[in-house]
Amino acid sequence: MASPTTGWKLERLPAPSQRASIIVPFVSIILALVAGGVLILAAGQNPIAVYRAMIDGALGSKSGIAETFVKTTPLLLTGLGVAVAFRMKLWNIGGEGQLYLGAIFATWAALYGFNSASGWVIVPAMVVAALVGGALWGLIPGALRAYLGVNETITTLMLNYIAIQLAEWLVHGPWKDPASFGFPGTPQFPDAAWLPNYGTTRVHLGLIFGIVAAIILWVMLRRTRWGYEISVMGESDRVAHYAGMPTKRTILLVMALSGALCGLAGMSEVAGIGHQLQRNLSPGYGYTAIIVAWVARLNPIGIIGVAFGLAVVLVGGDQLQMAMSLPAAIAPMLQGIILFFLLGGELLTRYRLVRIGSDVPVTEGAGD
Amino acid sequence: MMPIQGMADAAAPPAMEATPAVTPPSDTPTPDRPPAIALLDISKRFGPTVANDHVTFVAKWGEVHALVGENGAGKSTLMSILAGLYRPDSGTVVIDGTEQRFRAPRDAISVGIGMVYQHFMLVEPFTVAENVLLGVRNSSHLINTKDIERDLTALGERYQLQVDPTAPVWQLSVGEQQRVEILRLLYLGARILVFDEPTAVLTPQESDSLLATMRSLAAEGFCVVFISHKLDEVLTVSDRITVMRRGRVSGETTPAETDRRSLARMMVGRDLAEYVEHPDVEPHPPVALGPVRLQLTDLRANGENGLPALNGVSLEVHGGEVLGIAGVAGNGQRELAEVITGLRPASGGRVAIEGKDLTNANARTVARGGVAHIPEDRLATGLVGAMDLSENAILRDYEESPIARGSFLNAGAIAAFTDLLIRKQDVKTPGRWARVRTLSGGNQQKLLLARELAGDPKVIIAVHPTRGVDVGASEAIHQSLRDQRARGAATLLISEDLDELLALSDRIAVLYEGRVTGIVPAAGADREHLGLLMAGDEAQVGAHG
Repeated sequence: MASPTTGWKLERLPAPSQRASIIVPFVSIILALVAGGVLILAAGQNPIAVYRAMIDGALGSKSGIAETFVKTTPLLLTGLGVAVAFRMKLWNIGGEGQLYLGAIFATWAALYGFNSASGWVIVPAMVVAALVGGALWGLIPGALRAYLGVNETITTLMLNYIAIQLAEWLVHGPWKDPASFGFPGTPQFPDAAWLPNYGTTRVHLGLIFGIVAAIILWVMLRRTRWGYEISVMGESDRVAHYAGMPTKRTILLVMALSGALCGLAGMSEVAGIGHQLQRNLSPGYGYTAIIVAWVARLNPIGIIGVAFGLAVVLVGGDQLQMAMSLPAAIAPMLQGIILFFLLGGELLTRYRLVRIGSDVPVTEGAGD
Repeated sequence: MMPIQGMADAAAPPAMEATPAVTPPSDTPTPDRPPAIALLDISKRFGPTVANDHVTFVAKWGEVHALVGENGAGKSTLMSILAGLYRPDSGTVVIDGTEQRFRAPRDAISVGIGMVYQHFMLVEPFTVAENVLLGVRNSSHLINTKDIERDLTALGERYQLQVDPTAPVWQLSVGEQQRVEILRLLYLGARILVFDEPTAVLTPQESDSLLATMRSLAAEGFCVVFISHKLDEVLTVSDRITVMRRGRVSGETTPAETDRRSLARMMVGRDLAEYVEHPDVEPHPPVALGPVRLQLTDLRANGENGLPALNGVSLEVHGGEVLGIAGVAGNGQRELAEVITGLRPASGGRVAIEGKDLTNANARTVARGGVAHIPEDRLATGLVGAMDLSENAILRDYEESPIARGSFLNAGAIAAFTDLLIRKQDVKTPGRWARVRTLSGGNQQKLLLARELAGDPKVIIAVHPTRGVDVGASEAIHQSLRDQRARGAATLLISEDLDELLALSDRIAVLYEGRVTGIVPAAGADREHLGLLMAGDEAQVGAHG
């Protein structure tokens, strides 16, 4: 009897191979660049020139590099924030709203709570306010989940809209700068509330916050009892129950921590970049954070690198529009292709493709 | 119905028609007839693991052919290839003389292969007849349920598979549900029946009846493949026995040529204390009974569905004693273990550990109170498969010094503790960094056992400690439990395996519908009597309880 090929299927590998998990991301990026290149060719441009322009824009000059670090900062902090929750399989997609709440609370500290204090008081006050604001915004869905079993994916998402609209209302209403000629926005923060910059660039202290937070988080997740509990709970509710772990309390704490880190990102944006609360504070950092966390496999140190890499694509893409008169859609399209290949490659480190009807597996993870 | 001999000649497999398969495969199996199943030189790899390594398995029409081997020996993979679930990497599948390349389970079904799995594929609200009807693929004409019911009754009488065809499945006992599975396969024209550890879920009486059914099917010319761990049953019912070990066939024999001991040796490649003597008569080394360590008083609890599952259980277990809990699955065993270990709230009554009231205490408090818990499903409840051995090893002690150093975890202490557990129970693993999921079932259980016994517990709650575990690991686990008894621990051993209960327990309590229907000393216990208690026989309860 003949053996007709009827298709392909994915077969789970017993354990992901170490080698594959290192090689696959690189291969994925190369393939993504090739695929993106085809589309750039179709748009009538030379892919090599376009990629060079992107790299040049993001990394080729002092101001480009600075801008890349500026974008890295919020991606890093929100990436860390959502990663903490994801570790426990709490699907916090409310990083955006928590970022806004952090910005709002920090703005209150800068403009109203501590407006006449020195920088040594006002900046820590803004940090604390932002952590509290973000934490509260994480605690609401956390409590709903812990005590009532409400799906946190929905509640965190919904709270994003509330937070964004709250900021809108504040900048149009009670906190509006009377001297702004009708433009929505709060007054500028006092100088003491500005985060210090690196030299004359826009790179600010927020980047250090992010790196320090990543290191602390790494230690916390890998080396403490609490991090261990989070990992166990993330893997299995039943095992956590069996070991008598305090599940509800941990859900609350993790959601609070997750929100607090995203809140810190909001503070770092208003105090480091805008120096006031504005509309459209974030172009969706809280959502991009989900990708950052995922591509970094929820590893805090990895998130530093992934946030930077994604910032390169963002900044390079922006430069592209200006420098090469390409359609504005090219940059986000390239970002999309790169992420698509990275996540697709990730799948192949855990599964292999088997041809149904053949005697041997045809392909394995690209690294094997 | 097309006679079976036609199948070899037919270019296409015979269509499954909505006619009852009351015709057996062949009234008189002829000697020159090709074998029912010929799996020739089959190999199958999963990643680096070789599950089947050039395996050849041949079963004839009209025989009960047992397939035995430890867990991970490759039996399930081989049968999954026969059932069309997996494709072999190499080798040939020949059914009744015709080479087959199954692309899906339905291809295997269409040439008459029927699988009876441990988990039944039945729709509970439907009646028996409706469940059978579900499998009928050819519905070109209307099928009269009355006809099916009549056919099922006839089939049931013929093969001792009596079950009321009009009864909804949820009303049936596990044994009756299994009969429905078999009836359905027969009705759909299965001629090769593969039973995957079918007696694991049955009472002794139900097991006997199933074995009789298997014999009568073979007598009618069916080919019956019987996968089992229970060597007594294998020796009773089989015509031939194929033994697998580590992905290969390690021997083929008949019950006349072998005994428990040599079968066990073929399975594990060495002698096993467990199988040298019959467990019933194994002497229990006398141990001085200690104080009452576990005391349950009128314990009550609800099940998953909110209905009472434990209806007033009172038991006492002394130090140095093993109290076995026998019963058919679903009579409160799970709830009993969970209430004692703090995983399920008690709705009434009292749990005391060494006189200390731990009713409705948190699981951690109970564990710290000296209670070890070997849960029913180790990989869902007791271990995290995606984590490595050391992360699983510290599940109980991660808050205690020296594993915890303040809020931090002490990596050196964790490594030392994990290595200690691995050594104590001889866990076979590439290292403490290996994910627990990659270990065999037996090694997972040994790791769990080592962890739970590490603190020298006062009370041990062991639920099906050797279920799905290979013979070698099984023996090691039993030895550990005996050592704990000698050390003075009070053990509550919940099992559906009477052999295990008889081999390990001092006394056996039988649970039926959340009540203890009797407690008997294990020495000289009568299986028949235990079986009747398990079935809730009121006369027995009255006479002995």
